[in-house]
Amino acid sequence: MSILQILDIGLAGLVLAVAAWTVFARDAFAAVVGFVAYGLLLSLVWVRLFAVDVALTEAAIGSGEHPTITHQPTSGVLLIGAAGRLRKVEASRDDELPGASLRLFAAALCIFVTLVLAGVVLSLPDPGPTLAPEAARHLAETGLGNPITAVLLSYRSFDTMLEKVVLVLAVVGVWSLAADQYWGGAAGNPRGAEPDGTRALLAQVLPPLGILIGIHMVWVGADEPGGAFQGGAILAAMWMITMMAGLTEMPSIRSRLLRLVLVAGPAVFVAVGVAGVAFASGVFAYPTGFAKPLILFIEAFMTLSIAVTLPVLVAGPPKRLRQQ
Amino acid sequence: MNVLLDLFSVIAICFGTFFFLAGTAGLLRFPDALSRLHALTKADNLGVGLIVLGLLPHAGSLLAALKLVAIWALIQLAGATSAQLIARAIRRSG
Repeated sequence: MSILQILDIGLAGLVLAVAAWTVFARDAFAAVVGFVAYGLLLSLVWVRLFAVDVALTEAAIGSGEHPTITHQPTSGVLLIGAAGRLRKVEASRDDELPGASLRLFAAALCIFVTLVLAGVVLSLPDPGPTLAPEAARHLAETGLGNPITAVLLSYRSFDTMLEKVVLVLAVVGVWSLAADQYWGGAAGNPRGAEPDGTRALLAQVLPPLGILIGIHMVWVGADEPGGAFQGGAILAAMWMITMMAGLTEMPSIRSRLLRLVLVAGPAVFVAVGVAGVAFASGVFAYPTGFAKPLILFIEAFMTLSIAVTLPVLVAGPPKRLRQQ
Repeated sequence: MNVLLDLFSVIAICFGTFFFLAGTAGLLRFPDALSRLHALTKADNLGVGLIVLGLLPHAGSLLAALKLVAIWALIQLAGATSAQLIARAIRRSG
């Protein structure tokens, strides 16, 4: 057995241990910390599976789920915020816990699903059915060097477009939780904005570098691991850091610019997709020779939308009226 | 020359992992939260620093080497900030 295999087995064991710990943690905050650690460990697993694109997203979103797999880009920040809000009611919750029989039933169902999934994975033919050679053969036609980007924005662009629409729907869902009197106001700062030297220093030093790295990640995404989601998530993090330091504020949800940027990504994606009917072979097809510039065009707007959507989700529903 | 560089890498990375080991031992064994935090930041700072130093001769290109150094600097920044914030939270909660 080679050293790498031993490391892989250790990593797999660690992932399972952290997963079990997350499930059994009594306190919601502890479970969230476990879940974030689980996400970071999973990104190492993806690296070991040579899926660096997925690993980057995993590390940036830190949720344990890749958006293209589960369509749930919930970030660790979002969960920590939720756990913080639940803390007040958590103490009184003990007598409302479901009974032993219900919990046993839930556990049995979970074990059953796990066993079925394990059975399905283990019964796959070896080598597994794959479209990878097919995807690699037509890579040149897209003008891209990164097959992942080709899958996301060319072969299966319709899926990716719908994922971005889901993000907009999530924002609508969060905003609709606003109390009536705050409608049209702005979200409070995620962590309360008392002046704080440490956070302010980080918020002033990091963003110039972070913005550069975010844009770089989108740009190289055409040919190397990276892309709109990974780059957008880093840009989003930079805005969140400045908000947490109290240096910037969430704009009013009535802001036309904010709403425009939120829908820009999916809107441009749909527009280019529909234009495919007139200029190429059909909906969401690209005209020959123009695939790469069009993909970069879409990615630029998607990055912008993602970079704004994630902080808006983290900031939550409007909690104060706009200053007149 | 190559042997010397390899030797340098092995020694630097070994020292780096030693600091991670020591930091982890401190995290598990030290009596109070502030000392545990102290142990943890040593792992971030010297551990990653020495590992990056050891990897530099094998970076291949100047750009890759600069990226490695940038990673170390960013970890320093993140580590220092989070240590400050955690320490403040500890002091506030008593």
